[in-house]
Amino acid sequence: MKNVIEVENLVKQFGSFFAVNNLTFSVGEGEIFGLLGANGAGKTTTIRMLCGLLSPTSGKISVAGYNAYTQPEQIRASIGYMSQKFSLYSDLTVWENIRFFGGIYGLWGKALKGRALELVEEFKMHDFKDIMVESLPVGWRQRISLAVSLVHKPPIIFLDEPTSGVDPVARRMFWETIHHISSLGTTVIVTTHYMDEAEYCHTALVMVDGKIGVLGKPGEMKQKYGVKTMNELFLSLARNGNSKS
Amino acid sequence: MPAIQVTNLSKSYGEVKALSDVCLSVETGEMYGLIGPDGAGKTTLIRIITTLLLPDSGNAKVLGLDTVSQYKELRGEIGYMPAVFSLYSDLTVQENLNFFAGVFGTTVKDNYDLIKGVYHMLEPFRDRPAGKLSGGMKQKLALSCALIHRPKILILDEPTTGVDAVSRMELWNLLHEIKNQGITIFVSTAYMDEAKQCDRVALIQKGAILGINTPEGFAHCFPYKLFAVYASDIWKNLDAIRRLKICETAYMFGDSIHFATNNLEESPESLIDRLMSIGIYARVVQIQAGIEDYFIYQLSGK
Repeated sequence: MKNVIEVENLVKQFGSFFAVNNLTFSVGEGEIFGLLGANGAGKTTTIRMLCGLLSPTSGKISVAGYNAYTQPEQIRASIGYMSQKFSLYSDLTVWENIRFFGGIYGLWGKALKGRALELVEEFKMHDFKDIMVESLPVGWRQRISLAVSLVHKPPIIFLDEPTSGVDPVARRMFWETIHHISSLGTTVIVTTHYMDEAEYCHTALVMVDGKIGVLGKPGEMKQKYGVKTMNELFLSLARNGNSKS
Repeated sequence: MPAIQVTNLSKSYGEVKALSDVCLSVETGEMYGLIGPDGAGKTTLIRIITTLLLPDSGNAKVLGLDTVSQYKELRGEIGYMPAVFSLYSDLTVQENLNFFAGVFGTTVKDNYDLIKGVYHMLEPFRDRPAGKLSGGMKQKLALSCALIHRPKILILDEPTTGVDAVSRMELWNLLHEIKNQGITIFVSTAYMDEAKQCDRVALIQKGAILGINTPEGFAHCFPYKLFAVYASDIWKNLDAIRRLKICETAYMFGDSIHFATNNLEESPESLIDRLMSIGIYARVVQIQAGIEDYFIYQLSGK
């Protein structure tokens, strides 16, 4: 498996505060990589650096083969991003949203129409492609957001708490889609506060105070630490982190 | 007299029906959870109960007072923590508390015993503007302000949304302490696993109540036999497993599939054989349904 993200001794300092403190990890092609941690553990800062939105203080960071210091624009063109806050235009239809975001990523004419049709097919959106986004249930909107984040066929997508507030069936359907996308070779970086979803990742990184708390396959980590669920592991790590600070 | 009595409550926003014919009753001293996804109608119900929104039909009584005709009296008796941070960002922690105490005609000192559990954690930041607190601290301040007039009932709208697992647990511990002081608590959440913190839970979806029960009680209302299936390559095999004739639903739950069947004769051994016949080698354990299983049954059944 080829690595599409490589991070070595990554540091981000805000004044005297180390938001990210010497982080090293890599993510392979098609991998589902969960980035977890308590609020303030450094997840958002890490994601912003990986997306080319924030310049690191020091350390090596390469995303889709591009250097985050010198090629942030190439990185931004190679990634898809879906935020927890609903980011589509609610007064446009599903179809118009796909066309709009496709246009932003430089698709036009036949290529844009072809790609939009592909996504409608892949995400089974035929029945409501001409419906205004605002009148769709939350679970569906999240699926459409995911489809839109893939419009320019990025090799890597970032999903920031994509299932927050979604009903239990829609949440699981969403994860089934993530696994499908991953099986087609797209790398997925995902954050979540649902600890059962940590189990759905191939690899999970739990950050504590800007550092690696644990990093590995959920099954192997649970075995190693003698816990039944990722939630137990998360709570024990986060508690230790808090007591130190 | 119940602490909250909601009868046939309906509310629409234009074409959208936010609540249809909702009935529920909360006992005094109870920790009552309203659980459902975004858009289910949780906030609409809470706004009606807190006198901030008028129902189209039906009525709600809180502490015996009607939320429409007796709203003025009622407002002094309830503590309300809205989903969005609604304190004054440019006032300090101490100033916010003094302000809210003043609005309700009381003082922080008079009610200190009630909030000291929460306030203890805020003390180090008492002179910091509320806008500059961390998410968890903002929440604790909002909770203190909601309690400062010693309400008989505390109503919280999704206090744990967007909050990490540790802060969620801290908040629930605080709510239990408040409950132990005799205050009735009505709390909404989208996290199904928080049901276990409540004495009773109402499940809500698309403006309608799906069921009301104790957290354990839902398991007994689950009509199927339920198994946890552990297998490798589990995601790829989900569709094949769903195609089994006896399968009602099959969804991922952590590291296993929860497999529900209406075949009450099914045993772990027979399911293992069945899976083996379609080329899936699995470990199977029979389990009790949790609240999320019940919710899924309600969503996908019927």
